Amino acid sequence: MKKTSILGTSAIIAVAGVALADGHMSSDMILVSWGGAYQASQQNAYVEPYIAQNEGVTAVWDESSSEAVAKLRAMNEAGNVTWDVVDVVAADAIRLCDEGLALEIDHDEILAPGDDGSSASDDFGDLIVSDCFVPQIVYSTTFGYRDDLVGDTPPSSVCDVFDLAAYPGMRSLERNPIANLEWALICDGVDIADVYDVLETEEGQDQAFAKLDTIKDNVIWWSAGADTPQLLADGEVVMGSTYNGRLFSLIEEQDQPVSMLWDWQMFDLDGWIIPAGLSPEREARALDFLRFATDTQRLADQAKYISYGPARASSAPLVSTHADLGIEMAPHMPTDPANAQNTFLFNYEWWADYRDDLDAKFQAWLAQ
Amino acid sequence: MTDATAQDAMITADGTPLKVSLNRALRREKLRALMLIAPLLIFILVSFIFPIGDMLIRSVQNGMVSQVIPRTVTTLEDWDHTSGETPSEEVFQALTRDFMIAVERKDHTRLGTRLNYERTGMSSLFRKTGRRVDDLGEGYTDQFGDLDPAWEEPMTWVTLMGHPDWIAAQAAWDGEGAEPSFRLRDGVADVLPRTAEMYAAFAQVVQVEDEDSPTEEEPWHIVYASLYEDLQADGVDVTSLSAPILTAALEGSAAFETQSMRDGFIEIEEDWADPEVWGTIQAFSSPVTAGYFLKAVDLSLTPDGVEPVADNLTIYVELFWRTMWMSMTITFSCILLGYPIAWLMANLPDRSANLIMILVLLPFWTSLLVRTSAWKVLLQRQGVVNDTLVAIGLIGDDGRLALINNVTGTIIAMTHILLPFMILPLYSVMKGIPPSYLRAAKSLGATNVTAFRRVYFPQSVPGIGAGSILVFILSIGYYITPEIVGGTKGVFISNRIAYFISDSPNWGLAAALGTILLVVVLALYWAYDKVVGIDNVKLGG
Repeated sequence: MKKTSILGTSAIIAVAGVALADGHMSSDMILVSWGGAYQASQQNAYVEPYIAQNEGVTAVWDESSSEAVAKLRAMNEAGNVTWDVVDVVAADAIRLCDEGLALEIDHDEILAPGDDGSSASDDFGDLIVSDCFVPQIVYSTTFGYRDDLVGDTPPSSVCDVFDLAAYPGMRSLERNPIANLEWALICDGVDIADVYDVLETEEGQDQAFAKLDTIKDNVIWWSAGADTPQLLADGEVVMGSTYNGRLFSLIEEQDQPVSMLWDWQMFDLDGWIIPAGLSPEREARALDFLRFATDTQRLADQAKYISYGPARASSAPLVSTHADLGIEMAPHMPTDPANAQNTFLFNYEWWADYRDDLDAKFQAWLAQ
Repeated sequence: MTDATAQDAMITADGTPLKVSLNRALRREKLRALMLIAPLLIFILVSFIFPIGDMLIRSVQNGMVSQVIPRTVTTLEDWDHTSGETPSEEVFQALTRDFMIAVERKDHTRLGTRLNYERTGMSSLFRKTGRRVDDLGEGYTDQFGDLDPAWEEPMTWVTLMGHPDWIAAQAAWDGEGAEPSFRLRDGVADVLPRTAEMYAAFAQVVQVEDEDSPTEEEPWHIVYASLYEDLQADGVDVTSLSAPILTAALEGSAAFETQSMRDGFIEIEEDWADPEVWGTIQAFSSPVTAGYFLKAVDLSLTPDGVEPVADNLTIYVELFWRTMWMSMTITFSCILLGYPIAWLMANLPDRSANLIMILVLLPFWTSLLVRTSAWKVLLQRQGVVNDTLVAIGLIGDDGRLALINNVTGTIIAMTHILLPFMILPLYSVMKGIPPSYLRAAKSLGATNVTAFRRVYFPQSVPGIGAGSILVFILSIGYYITPEIVGGTKGVFISNRIAYFISDSPNWGLAAALGTILLVVVLALYWAYDKVVGIDNVKLGG
């Protein structure tokens, strides 16, 4: 019975695909992503199956996601948008949507419903943080530490990062105020519920910077996600923050003596947007791809290649084992209950307001 | 005089005066020369002059505020922010109109982003207001509707506001292609100026943005509010429009309960009551601003005039200064290291000199990124240099040197990368100094030191000059190496510029920083020309 219903659904999708194809979809797509293992996971989980289903369609990658806002702005000013589907972090998606550079979509109409029958907007839930944004994964910025450099009692709390007496040595933190200021306040005794209220005040900002001052001389500031894994592998730092998927590959794939410290990990979202101003043919193709690439099965498939949590609730039960290593992926997901005891979500709305100001303060503080 | 007349009189074989003929030939020649360099000229124009001009314009351009909220900007002119009061109801009415149109065009969030550079919180103020601004004036819609339900019919408005020709064209339109674009009825703008303006804006947005028709859409609440304002204005006479419903409304609306737009905005977000918010809008309402330049030198444009930024925000002056002195240090260490090598190359037999030349040029064939990353491996705490020093016992294992992610790292790596630009001009100048001069000095009794100091060195100065200019100007704009090995204290102003271009796009500020850097380089070049003389620079013997 179940099988037939799945067949039924895919038949409907296939019919819908054909119907759309009649509306003349372009056959070339330029997809924008981050490169590396993450892009490879998208290639394996979405693009190859999509191309297998749609003969004659080609997809080309552009590894420009880190500069997506600036480049889309420039393309828009030049009146020549060359990208079709763009992978961006949620904060950038909100900014692009604000600036009218991304297409606003009706999630329930455009996206496939969940395998469990829930509507797309219910399935993604709160993760739809912008009208332009189709969430794909939940990742987190969290810490890893060197097993051989932390003595007999490995760190168990994010506040151990600020404890130079117990864990002497260098740390690596992102060269950017986001998350660092939150961690500093949490470790200075501020309750997570009050963190942003405190950070809105001048005194609260001073308090956070004062806490960071205590370790300032022992920090290497990173700007690329690959820096911390490299620094940990070289033994340059005792512990450092980075994206959890990077640490997974360092620990499980490269077998380095490093462990995860999930305490107070900061969740963030990554997903797709479609640039505004595409021709109808290209837009139809982009929407068709998006519908396929963000259905329940595809999102669950991506977790075979990288340890980021699928954004759909209905995908979670389908997460299986790693494609090469064969290990269970669920315990490596940032959303796994064992890992997610203390967490917070990147506060997009708040940072959209305070980013310009706090970033200037943070950079000035770094330069002092 | 007579000579000139005689020349004028000279004519060529075909009868044209010689002068004209010569000029023509010269012009043709010039044109041909110009055609030859045309590709280069166009290339430089497109890839160099034009972007620099664009950058200069962006650093002062600030049209967005007056484009997105023009009515507000005009009415705000009379408001004095030092009064400490929120602007008048009139300003809020203008803001309601501007905001409604901006929201439909999705411009309000862009403006919020722009103003957030100047004042924290503007981004969410505009975004949150945008979500609810279409409720403002709803009270008027209801009151008009209570007066006569026909006011809630789109067609009532179309008949009242639309040009008869347009109404006819719209009715005849078959639904294929775009609907004929809306036209206002003659004379309506004179009687009901605000209503006509808003209704026209509404019709345009409905047709263009929503691809819908004003004949099927009830106007925005602000159109009703505008109608109320127009009807309440002194001496309004609606008879010329000959619409009974309007005449009835003129009488009926006198009893309407007024709705304050100001209260409406403050209810949506109480920040609208804050004079500082309005001060920021007023301070940045002109189409040209010095704000970016002021920010680029650690000043800020506030409603009260130009003020230095808080101490915990000063960074750019420090970065400019750091860029200068580090570039000079790098140039100087390039001279120190490059001079002996160039001398060696100029004085060794050709075979050995060529070998050194290859070694000097070899790094050019390696990617910049690879060379910089290699320094990372060498200089880090667990790196080759520190390991060697520990192994030979010069430093203890706990006293490893911090050679990277700081000023030292940047200077070492950049000296290495820029060294060939010093060695090559030095070498070619030294090659041109005849060895016999040194021998002559010595035969006249000079010691080695004197001969070098008074004979050889002065002749090699043009090479030092050329090398220094190359290295200094290259390093002042360097980006990738400081980014990788500079940590926080060893980065240049260019790293901030890159940050504002791609990471946190604030192109105005990036352009202002870039313009200042350009001016500084030109000024230094000018000073160099005055002191040393640019004629003294030689790239070859």
